[in-house]
Amino acid sequence: MKREIPLFLTAVIGAIVLAGFFVPHPYVSVPADYLQRCAVIVVAFGYALGGANLVQVNLEGILRRHPDWPYKLVLLAGMGVTLVFGLFVDRAKFQDPGTVSLWIYDHVYVPMNSTMFALLALFIASAAFRAFRVRSAEAALLAVSALVVMIGRVPLGDAVMAGVFDHPGLPEWMRHLRLEPLQQWIMDWPQNAAKRAILIGAAMGVMATGLRVILGIERSYLGGSD
Amino acid sequence: MPLAASVRRLVPFALLLVVLASPAPAAAVASADSLRAPAPPTGLLYADVPNDAGHAMSLTWTLSPDDTGRAGVVSGYFLERATTPGGPWAIVDSVESGTRAFTDLTVQREVTYFYRVAAFGPGGTTRAGAAAGPAIGRATWFNVSRVSVLVFLLAFFLLVLYYMYMAQTGRKPFVRRLAGIDAIEEAIGRATEMGRPVLYVPGIQDIDEIQTVAGLVILESVAKMTARYDTPLRVPVSYPIPFTIAQEMVRSGHVDAGRPDAYDPESVQFVSPEQFAYVAAITGIMLRERPAAHLFVGSFYGESLMLSETGYATGAIQIAATANVHQLPFFVVACDHTLIGEEIFAASAYLSGEARLVGGLKGADMLKLVIVAVVIAGCLLETFGIHTLTVWMQTQ
Repeated sequence: MKREIPLFLTAVIGAIVLAGFFVPHPYVSVPADYLQRCAVIVVAFGYALGGANLVQVNLEGILRRHPDWPYKLVLLAGMGVTLVFGLFVDRAKFQDPGTVSLWIYDHVYVPMNSTMFALLALFIASAAFRAFRVRSAEAALLAVSALVVMIGRVPLGDAVMAGVFDHPGLPEWMRHLRLEPLQQWIMDWPQNAAKRAILIGAAMGVMATGLRVILGIERSYLGGSD
Repeated sequence: MPLAASVRRLVPFALLLVVLASPAPAAAVASADSLRAPAPPTGLLYADVPNDAGHAMSLTWTLSPDDTGRAGVVSGYFLERATTPGGPWAIVDSVESGTRAFTDLTVQREVTYFYRVAAFGPGGTTRAGAAAGPAIGRATWFNVSRVSVLVFLLAFFLLVLYYMYMAQTGRKPFVRRLAGIDAIEEAIGRATEMGRPVLYVPGIQDIDEIQTVAGLVILESVAKMTARYDTPLRVPVSYPIPFTIAQEMVRSGHVDAGRPDAYDPESVQFVSPEQFAYVAAITGIMLRERPAAHLFVGSFYGESLMLSETGYATGAIQIAATANVHQLPFFVVACDHTLIGEEIFAASAYLSGEARLVGGLKGADMLKLVIVAVVIAGCLLETFGIHTLTVWMQTQ
C-alpha cells in the first residue's frame, strides 16, 4: 500500500491535469487548476524539511569542528539573523520599505548575487578559448561560424563592417560580402534547424517520461522497496 | 436724418453681416466639429468565444461615421454591459478610436448580458446605440482547436504502449550505445580509485520540471553504483521536494546494492533555490572536497558554465545531461561527455534495462518518424498553396 496509494494518486492527478488541457469546462479545468495550486502547500512543508536538513548538516559540522566549520557557522548565523528579523522584528511585510529584511536583501544578498553573476564573464572567456581551438575540420567550422556570428551581432562589428564595406572605392559586388546577413542566415537556418531537432526530441522524452509516471511504469522516484 | 449719416450708421452692421456670411477658416470648422458629440457607432454584434470556460465574449461594431482616422471628433469607444436590456449599465472597458472589436474577459459563465457601445470625444459622449443581447458565455466540453494535439498524443500513447507490450513479450528493441551514460560507471570507478567522492547535481529546477524527475531517477542508479564501490556520494539539491525525493533515491540505491548500512543521510543536502547561492555551495564543494567525478543531470540555466568550468579547473571527470538547448554548448565545451536533449530521458531506461522502459523509447522514436513525415507533408502542401494541414495544427 505504501507504493500503491502514491501511484494511484499520481495516475488520477496526472489524468485530471492532462484532461484540463483539452476540456475547458469548469467541471474539469477548475479541479485541474486547484490540484496544481495545491502543490504550493506540499512545497511549504518541503521547505520545513529542507531547513531542518540545513541546520542538522551544518550544526553537526560545527560541533565536530569539521575543517570548513567557520563557513557553516556563517551560513547558520546568516539564516538565523534573516529569519529572526523577518519573523519577529519587522512589523511590515517582507521587503517593504524600511524593513531590516529589505536592508539585508539590498545590501547583502544583491551584491553577493551580482558578484557571482559577474564571474560568468570570465568563465565564458575561458570556455570560449577552449571551444574555438581548431583541432579538426568540425572545430574549424565551429570557430569560423562563431566568429561570423559574434562579429555580425555586436556594435563594434557593425562599425568595422561599415568602415570596410561602405568605402566608396569598393566594387559593388564586394558590398554583398558583409557579415550581418551571413550571421543572420546562420542563426535562422542551421542553428534553428539543429535547435528544433533537439527540442522535438526532448519534447518526446518529456511526454514519454510523463506517460511512464502517470501509468506507474516509472516508479523508482517513490523509493526502492515497499 | 441726412442720408449720408444713416449710411455711416449702417456700415458696422453691414460689415458684421459680411463677416458672418463669408466661409469660415478650416481650423474654425475643426474646432466646431470637435465640440460636438460624435455620431454613435452601429451594428454591435456579440459572439461567445468558442473553446473556453465560458468567461469570454467577443464584440464587434461598425465605427462611428465621425471616426475617420483624423484626430478630433472621436477619441474612443465605451463598452457597456448590463444584465437586463434596460440597465443599469456598467462600463466594461474603453478602447481607442479606430477599434472595431473587443473581447470581454470578465464574463461570468451562464449569465445573461446585454452590451452597448458609445463613442466619446472632446465634444462629449454620444448616446449609446441599441443594446445587443442576450449574450451568454457557455463553457465548452472540448477545445476543438486542440484536436491535432490530441491525435498526436493518442498516437504517441498507443505507440509507446504497443512497443512496451512487444518488449514485455520478449521482443526487446535495440538501443544504441550512449557514451555519456557508459562513462558514468567509469567516472565512479575513477573516483573510487582516487578515494574521492562523486558529486551529483540534479539541476536547479523544482520537481514540476520533468528534467528534474529524470535526473532523480538516474540518481538512483548512480547511488547504486557508488554504494557497490563504497564511494562517497554528494548530492546538493536546490528545492525541498526534490531534496526529499533525492534522499529516498540514494537510500533505495544503497538498499538495492545490498549496502543499506553504507547510506549516509547527509550525503543529500538541501542548499537553496537561489541560483547563485546554489552555485556558490556547489563550487565550494568542488574546490574543498575535490570530487573526482561531477555529474550534472537535469535542468540548468546560466549557472551551467560556472559549475562546469569550475569543475574543469579541478580536473574531475565531468558528465552533463540536459534538454535546455541554450546550456548545451557550455556543457559540451567544459565536460567530457554530454547527453543531449532526449538522451537524458532515455537514460533511466538505458541504465535499468527494464523491458517496458526500453519499449517506451522505441515508441517515442516511432512518433518522431511520424512527425518528420508530417513536417515534410506540411512543407509540400504549403509549397502548393494548400493550408489545410497548417490550419488543422494551429491551436488556441
